[in-house]
Amino acid sequence: MDRREFLKTIGIGIGGVACGDILIPSIVKAQNAFGGNEFFGVLVDTTRCIGCMRCEMACAEAHNLPLPDISNDSVFEKKRNTTETRWTVVNRYETEKGKIFVKQQCMHCNQPACVAACLVKAMKKRKEAHVTWDTNCIGCRLCMVSCPFDMPKLEYNSPLPKIQKCNLCWDRFQEGKLPACVEACPVEALKFGARRDLLDEANSRIFQNPHNYVHHVYGGHEVGGTSYIYLSAVPFEQIGFRGDLGTTPYPEFTTGFLHAVPFVDVLWPLILLGINRAIRREED
Amino acid sequence: MNGKTATIESFKDFMIFIRSELKPKGRIFTIFNVISAPIILLGAILIVYRLAKGLGWPVTNLSQDFPWGIWIGFDVMTGVAFAGGAYVLTFVVYVLGAKKYHPIIRATVLNGFLAYVFYTGAIFLDCGRWWNIVNPMIGNEFGVNSVLFLVAWHFLLYTLAELVEFSPAIAEWLGWKKIRKILGSLTLGAVIFGITLSTLHQSGLGALVMMAKWKIHPLWYTEFIPVLFFISSIFAGLSMVIFEGTISHRVFSQQIDEEHHRTYDDILVGLGKICAVAMVGYFFLKVLVFIHGKHWSLINTPMGYWYLLELIGLVLIPCLIFVQGVKDRNLLSIRVAAILTMAGIIINRLNYVFIAYKWYIPMSERYFPTWIEIVITLAIVFAEIWVFRWIVNRMPVLKESPEWAREE
Repeated sequence: MDRREFLKTIGIGIGGVACGDILIPSIVKAQNAFGGNEFFGVLVDTTRCIGCMRCEMACAEAHNLPLPDISNDSVFEKKRNTTETRWTVVNRYETEKGKIFVKQQCMHCNQPACVAACLVKAMKKRKEAHVTWDTNCIGCRLCMVSCPFDMPKLEYNSPLPKIQKCNLCWDRFQEGKLPACVEACPVEALKFGARRDLLDEANSRIFQNPHNYVHHVYGGHEVGGTSYIYLSAVPFEQIGFRGDLGTTPYPEFTTGFLHAVPFVDVLWPLILLGINRAIRREED
Repeated sequence: MNGKTATIESFKDFMIFIRSELKPKGRIFTIFNVISAPIILLGAILIVYRLAKGLGWPVTNLSQDFPWGIWIGFDVMTGVAFAGGAYVLTFVVYVLGAKKYHPIIRATVLNGFLAYVFYTGAIFLDCGRWWNIVNPMIGNEFGVNSVLFLVAWHFLLYTLAELVEFSPAIAEWLGWKKIRKILGSLTLGAVIFGITLSTLHQSGLGALVMMAKWKIHPLWYTEFIPVLFFISSIFAGLSMVIFEGTISHRVFSQQIDEEHHRTYDDILVGLGKICAVAMVGYFFLKVLVFIHGKHWSLINTPMGYWYLLELIGLVLIPCLIFVQGVKDRNLLSIRVAAILTMAGIIINRLNYVFIAYKWYIPMSERYFPTWIEIVITLAIVFAEIWVFRWIVNRMPVLKESPEWAREE
């Protein structure tokens, strides 16, 4: 191996390591990044909800969405999902304890899958709890594929589409106002506050009325905890919630792969070069 | 060709040369042209329509439930797996130094490169907000925790690495002797980066769906999806090389010299051998994942049969045909096996994107591509073949390099 050859070898080696460094994802654990901060949240007590849909109306008004017709009860006949123009919907479920109304919207996960999925950080987890969307989005829709609650919705029928979903009234929050739906609720089925306090509140309602509630706060630990948390009189599966989501924060399903990246990026070039040089020497 | 390129001395000569090369060579009214030209034309019109109209119906059948369709499932996921032949063969030829496969390396790398260029085009169309597509590259913003961010960068860098790997052929075509020498010295470096980048973006495509945990049927969802994607890209890519080579050797027969024609059978048998070995590994990994998943009860369901069709019918059986073809040196078997393998890869990738994805949604609300999605996909494939043909007819891809460029 002459000097030129040697320098070339070293060059490729150093290049490989440098390239590896650039491509290593810095794996930030969400719980550390938000450590010390208090998330806000909303407690939804489905035993109180009367299905008036005023939250839907308030939401549409607050975000300039087409206004729903809330005088019409027939919408309850079929289960509805949120859409790009309806960020929250109320559904009616027939259960062992009669009709139960459940408000549905983005859950604002503590460690959201959509945020981990986004390659341009258009989906952001604000340190106050809000999961918001920004216009630098490229519209790849990996957030929709990843969300365990299927909440991000694309405006398919627009040539300039946005991803739309509940943002926990991020704009109103900065003006010091309550989320529109919480403010509109006539029966205090919705309560806004610090997430930790809401969990205490939820548990104390269960403790004080043990026969009125199933002893579980949905969103307390599901997918690592969510900012919207729910109380129910019947098992949550009966009112449209998945019971099998587990407590693992969704971003962790990709960390196994992401951890392998720096090893491959750094070690592969060196191993490949080594194999190549070893074989070439034998031939000489 | 040697004599012609040697006369390029000024910029004017260069422009004259390029202009003469731009003219079509060969017959214009072939069956392939008559079919593909209108489709490419129609595809181009439909692309404009898609950009003006957005992604919704009537352009695509995508919905809130099925955000990804064939543009991701076929063009990107399957196309990239099929392009995997380039990294496998460059490993065999340049890293391991197996000269036997050298005659097909340029066609394979060119195919891989074009696949990436055209499938990036497909991503561009599929992105709802396509005008923002450079954002992950220019730092608006760097979503470094995202698997897709990683895949996007590895995609881009790998496309460049393949361009460097192919660039000596361009220099030979233009008669740039000094530049040819410099570009040739970059090949090994580009190959090594290329293999590294491929390892990660092939597996990364699988890692994209890791967070769709409960949306993907349990027979397909496993934490080993990235590993399975990587291993399957080896035999997917080589099956494509066998398939493409079979056609190329007919179509461009007059460009290929005697020597290459004679060794080609050997090459095919060798490729079949690598496929068989990789598929045995893949099959056993799948079986292992299945047994660990304890999903016996799911086998006797419609999705279970679909799973068995993919795993037995389009992995195990082609694998056995490969083995038989290699043993008997039966090229027909090897080609049949390659086609079955490719069908299996298409089904596998589509499963992760919209078939086994949300399998619980009733048939009437499921995704099925519109004719526009299909025509645009066909147009992209045909356009790629046109560019491939244009280059093969001009540059030393299948034909020998000019004499001055043959060092070793």
